[in-house]
Order: sequence, then structure tokens, then C-alpha cells
Amino acid sequence: MRAVLVRVVQLFVVLLVVTIFTSFLIDAVPGDVTYTLAPVATPAQREALRHDLHLDRSPVERYGEWVSGLAHGDLGCYYGTSGYSTASSCPDKVADRVKDALPISLELMFYAQLLSLLIAIPFGVLTAYRAGTMFDKTVNTTAFALLAIPNFVLGLVLAYYVGTKLGWVDPTGYVDFGKDPVGHFQQLALPVISLAAGQVAIYMRLLRTDMIATLQEDFVTMARAKGLSPARILWRHALRPSSLTLLTVAGLNVGALIGGAVVIENIFVIHGMGFLIADAIARRQYVALQSYVAILALGYVLVNFLVDILYAILDPRIRHARAIA
Amino acid sequence: MPEPSLSATTNATAVDNGDVVAGTQSLVLDLPPVQGTAKVEKSKTKKLGIVGWIAIFWLVAVCAAAILAPVLPIPSPTKNFLSATSEGPSLAHPMGTDSTGQDMFSRVIWGARASLLVSVSSVAFGLLFGGILGLIAGYYRGKLDTIFTNIFNVFLAIPQLVLALALVAVFASDPAVSVGKREFWLIISIGLVSIPIIGRITRASTLSWAQREFVLAGRSMGAKNKRIMSRDVLPNVLPAMFSIALLGIAVVIVLEGGLSILGVGVPPSTPSWGNLIATGRNELTRIVGACPQVILAPSIAIFLTVLSLNYLGDVVRARFDVRESNI
Repeated sequence: MRAVLVRVVQLFVVLLVVTIFTSFLIDAVPGDVTYTLAPVATPAQREALRHDLHLDRSPVERYGEWVSGLAHGDLGCYYGTSGYSTASSCPDKVADRVKDALPISLELMFYAQLLSLLIAIPFGVLTAYRAGTMFDKTVNTTAFALLAIPNFVLGLVLAYYVGTKLGWVDPTGYVDFGKDPVGHFQQLALPVISLAAGQVAIYMRLLRTDMIATLQEDFVTMARAKGLSPARILWRHALRPSSLTLLTVAGLNVGALIGGAVVIENIFVIHGMGFLIADAIARRQYVALQSYVAILALGYVLVNFLVDILYAILDPRIRHARAIA
Repeated sequence: MPEPSLSATTNATAVDNGDVVAGTQSLVLDLPPVQGTAKVEKSKTKKLGIVGWIAIFWLVAVCAAAILAPVLPIPSPTKNFLSATSEGPSLAHPMGTDSTGQDMFSRVIWGARASLLVSVSSVAFGLLFGGILGLIAGYYRGKLDTIFTNIFNVFLAIPQLVLALALVAVFASDPAVSVGKREFWLIISIGLVSIPIIGRITRASTLSWAQREFVLAGRSMGAKNKRIMSRDVLPNVLPAMFSIALLGIAVVIVLEGGLSILGVGVPPSTPSWGNLIATGRNELTRIVGACPQVILAPSIAIFLTVLSLNYLGDVVRARFDVRESNI
């Protein structure tokens, strides 16, 4: 119970620091958002607009406004020429954008994780079991090479050859699963492969290392002595305790994939969170950016929390250690 | 396992005698495989293997090409061969040309200049500040450590690319900023992003070294904290930092590429591998008859360089058993 409390406090501290940092960072950006919103305007009009957008208030005040909005479940409003607008009259709500973008990002993240784990786990287990053989070396070398391919390079090459040259899929755009399930997977195949390729290599190598260590343990020798089949030992006995590092890294990647898929989302023109963030930075939509960063940080901390809980489920030793302490 | 020998203690810290030599000796006795830094070069080469040498050769070649670009017998990267636009590889243009007839080979070599400049300098920046913070946190522990570690963790909650994007927006988005200045601020931004990552690893490594007997010995002989940190702990932490630097340079080359695709990398007037890929991408999507080498050439350059850096980084890491959480 105490651990949960500590985590909750941590969560708030991280959110607070990240958002305060963002708001000061934003304040330091040179230039004036009103020039982007209204390129031609008299100084008086500009001043009025700044007043409407609350840009003439201090960063502390604006941060306070944003937090109180958040406390009421309001993620804020995109700046527009019509002024700051309250939540009720906002023409372009941040929450609406998030409602559209977050599911897309989550889908992309989920598919990429699923694909990479589906490939990485069997290969990791088998290379550990057959460590040092030709098979192990080949797989490892391939993984190492995959690791050196930036995801945007893979994305661009796939988009060009599979999309433009072969014409199998449209290299840009997104199709909703509900509208066209086949088209949905067709559209997301290339970005998901681009994101997953590097992860496969990371996950596989992590699992292989931990698995090799686990296979040296007494309980594995014991299982072997009992006459269990190698498959049963590998999958039922050794995989679970070996998957802790993999789990941690995969967990941390969730956050990185949601907001960090900026470049892949840009290449394949998928309007996910990464796309929104890049757009908000480029267009100086600070209130929006603030909310997006907060969402990402929230996701990151929550996932870390979940990973900790999963740890205990996966490894009874950790569960009992906690119970004693 | 190499035998601990006295010669191994003749490392940087043993230059002056007294307390420091006592420290290094105990280090050697404690940990036979990790010997003084003087021995590092020799024992490292043993494990390099043929692939390691190829990697070193490639990196040296890239660095040499990058430094010597102005005097190499290659056409100017911005010269337009109008009779040979979007041509495949040929003798005159080993990597072909882009749609405006610029020689891709020359552009990739000039691109190495900007890419390496940005990545090496930003990692150096990150190493300097992340290293100092990590060293202080790991050495003093206690409250200071808690504060630093938490700050690192908070920044790690923001995806690297997003943070870099935001910092570039702060420092280099003003159109009045000149090209050279923008590159400078790009370096600073990426360097800032790398501080928490490098800081965490340095801290972990410092933690394990700062509790050794030679540090205690140094302290009991009255050495100041500053001296122990710089003379006793730092030389032992350096291998960890070195392996992170190699991997970090690779990461930054890729990061610069990502920023370029988003339009905020090295300004397109100076070719970099990242902005070559970014302009190549625009050509491929917009210009009819554009050849894929406009993205393939810089991509392969990035791939081989990152591969080499990763490989060497792994060799160093395996050699010194660098882990993020030693304790």
C-alpha cells in the first residue's frame, strides 16, 4: 500500500516538473505567436490579440490557468484569431484533437510492440538455447544490423519501394479499423514494420542474455533432471524469470512509441500524437503542447508503474520479498 | 583473465606518487580484468577481431573524408551538372546525381562533415555536463543524488526527439539566426537531451567505484573530494563514458536525421546526412523520374557509420562490463 502511495506522489512530481519545465521552455521561444496567427495586423490589433490569448500574462499565471483547466478536465484550447476562448466556446479544443490522435498512436504503438515481441521472444529463447551455434550467430548478426537502421530510413525505403514502386499500398494516410479493417492493416503495415524492426533487435538481444543466465540456474538443472522436455523447460520454466529486463524496456518504449513516433508519423502522414506535437511546436500552440507533453509523461509514469506490478506477478521472488518487507 | 601486474598501475592517476598510487594498486588487486588505462589499448585490440578493424577503418575513412572534403578531388556539393540530372551511379558520379544534377558522392562526403560535427560536439557537450552531474551524484550520494537522479528521470519521461524538437524551437527557430548559429544551437539542444542519459550511466558507474578501498585510502590520507573524484574515480569511470560516447554519437547521427525530416535539423544549405535524406525524400515524392539513390546514398552512409559505432561501443562495453545499474 505504501509503495502505491509513493508511486502516486512520484507521478504528481513528475507531471508537475515536466509541465512547469515545458511552460518555461515555451516562454523562452523567440518570436510571437500572433505573427503566425495573423501575419498582417496593426500593432494595436496584435496587442488586443495578445490580450485575448492571455499572452500578456506572466508564465506563472498562464501555468496556473492551464492547471486549473486540467483539474476541470479541460486540456485547453488551440490559439486562434478569435481569442483564447473559454472551454465552452472554444472552436478548436485540444481535447478533440487528442480524442482523434491518441487512439491512432496507441494502435501504432500496440501493433509495433506486438509484432516486435512476437518475433523477438521466439528468437531470443531459441538463440539462448542454442547459444554459440551458427543459428545463434546468424540471428545475432542480423539483429545487430537491424539495430543500425534508423526507423525513418527503413520507413522511407519501404514507402518508396513497396508503396510508390510496387504500388501495393498507399504510402501515406490512415484508415480507421471500423471503416475498412483490411485497409486499416494495409495502411499501418509499413509504419508498424519501420517502428518494430529496431525493437525486435533490442528485445531479442535482451531476452537472449537473460535467458542464458536463467538456463544456468539450479531450478533449470532440476527440471532437466526430472526429465522435462527442453520445450517445456524453455517456455514454462525459464521464460518467465528471464523476461524482466525485456518487460522493463518494452514498458519504457511504450512512451517513446506514443510521442516518439513523430518522424514515422510524419513520413506516412498519420495524424497521431507525434504528429500533433511536432505541429504544435512548429505552430507555437503552447497550451496544446503543454497538454500533449503532460499526457506523454503521464503515460510514461503509469507504464512504469504497471511494469513494477507485472514484475511481481512474473517473479514470485519479488512478490515475496515485498510481502516480507 | 590477464594477470594483475605492477605495470598496469602506471596509468594517468599514478603519475604523481603517494596516495594515488596506493589507490590504483588496490584497484588492480580488487579487479584483475579492469587494469589501468595504459593497458586498455593493447588488451582491447585483442578482442576487436576482423569486424572491429573494419569498423575502425570505416570510421577513420569517414572522419578523414569529412575533414579533407574541401581538398578532395570531388566536385562541389552544390555544383549542378545540368546534363546529368537524376542519373544512376557512373564513373563520373559514383553515387549518381540528384534531380538538380548535384553529385551525390560529393554531397555524402560533405554531409559527413556536418553530421559528424553535430554528433561529436553534442555528445562531447553531453559528456561534459552529464558526466560532471553523474559523477557528483554518484560520489556524494545522499540528497544530492536523489535530486539529480529524479531530475534525470523526469527528463527521460519526455521522448528524446520531442525534447530535442522543443529545444531547437526555443534556440534556433528565429529566422534571423544565421546558419552557423543554428548549427550551434542544434548541437546545444541535442547535447542537453543527452545529459540525463549520460548522467545516469556515469552515476551508476561512479557509485560502484566510489565505494572502493582506494577511495577510502585517499580520503584517510587527507585528499580532498575534488581530487579523489578527478584523480581516482574519474579515470575508472571513463571507459563507461567512452562506450556511451560511441553509442551516443550513433544515436545523435540518427536523431539529427529525424530532426531534418521534421525540417529542423542542420539547415539544408549545408549538406548533412540527415538533410540529404530529407531533401531526397521530397524529390522522390514530388519529382517525376527522381532516382532512389538520393535517399539510399546518405542512408547507407548512416547505416555503416552507426553499425561501426555500435559495434565498437559494444566491444568497449563488454570489455569493461558497463551497465546502467551496477548497484
